[in-house]
Amino acid sequence: MEKIIFYILAVMMIVFAITAVTSRKMLRSVIYLLFVLCGVAGIFFLIDYNFLAAIQLTVYAGGIIVLIIFSVLLVHHIELKLDMAKPIRQIITAIGCLIGIGVFLTTIYSYPFKVVENSNITTTAQIGSKLLGYGEGGFILPFEVISVVLLAAMIGAIVIAKGKKLSDKNEETI
Amino acid sequence: MIEGISIYEILTLTTILFFVGVYGFLTRKNLISILISIEMILNASVVNFVVINKYLYPDMLQGVLFSIFIIAVAAAETALAVAIIINLYRQISSVEVKDTEVMKY
Repeated sequence: MEKIIFYILAVMMIVFAITAVTSRKMLRSVIYLLFVLCGVAGIFFLIDYNFLAAIQLTVYAGGIIVLIIFSVLLVHHIELKLDMAKPIRQIITAIGCLIGIGVFLTTIYSYPFKVVENSNITTTAQIGSKLLGYGEGGFILPFEVISVVLLAAMIGAIVIAKGKKLSDKNEETI
Repeated sequence: MIEGISIYEILTLTTILFFVGVYGFLTRKNLISILISIEMILNASVVNFVVINKYLYPDMLQGVLFSIFIIAVAAAETALAVAIIINLYRQISSVEVKDTEVMKY
């Protein structure tokens, strides 16, 4: 049963990923990306990391996709078609990517992974105590650093998007 | 771990996802499309971290924690990139890569 669900998710993710990077309509490719992200969340559910799947759904599907859709609507006309690279360049890039896939897969399949058979279930409490632990193997310092990074990115985004210099220039020209 | 699915199959899936992202990154001419491709690449790496943690070291949590950090960095990066794109559109009325010659504020 889980095997069938995994294969359905895998096929869905690959098909939607390819359509997301080849579709010529901007808004549609964003929605295809949303399906890919939901497929990733489904894989997290399948391997019993419920907390991570919830984070994936809220941050990616709820936050980043909405942000990208807003930027598309602010920047584009909806019906605008995108121009793609030249066909010869597309083919060369596709061949390069196929070679890359081949190299990666031969490396992966020739490496003997020592898989540990288990059915552990990770609870959110374990993740929280590890994330905020300051003893051996605790992650309190990276946690604080990432919170400062998020704050700095937020302030930086506001400052950049406000565009003070532009309004001065507009008053002069109009 | 998933019943009946080996680690090789999941790593194959993430490899394909990664290279689809690379293909989109190289062929698209639009800044927002490039952002979409970057999200795909980051997601493939997140799945890799989590799967290797679950299959090879099930008693540890390092892969999960690092994937949380990757998601946070990706969110910060997207917010900044969207701000830059909108500001750029106000100045030069275009988000094509070929029109982006100056980013001086």
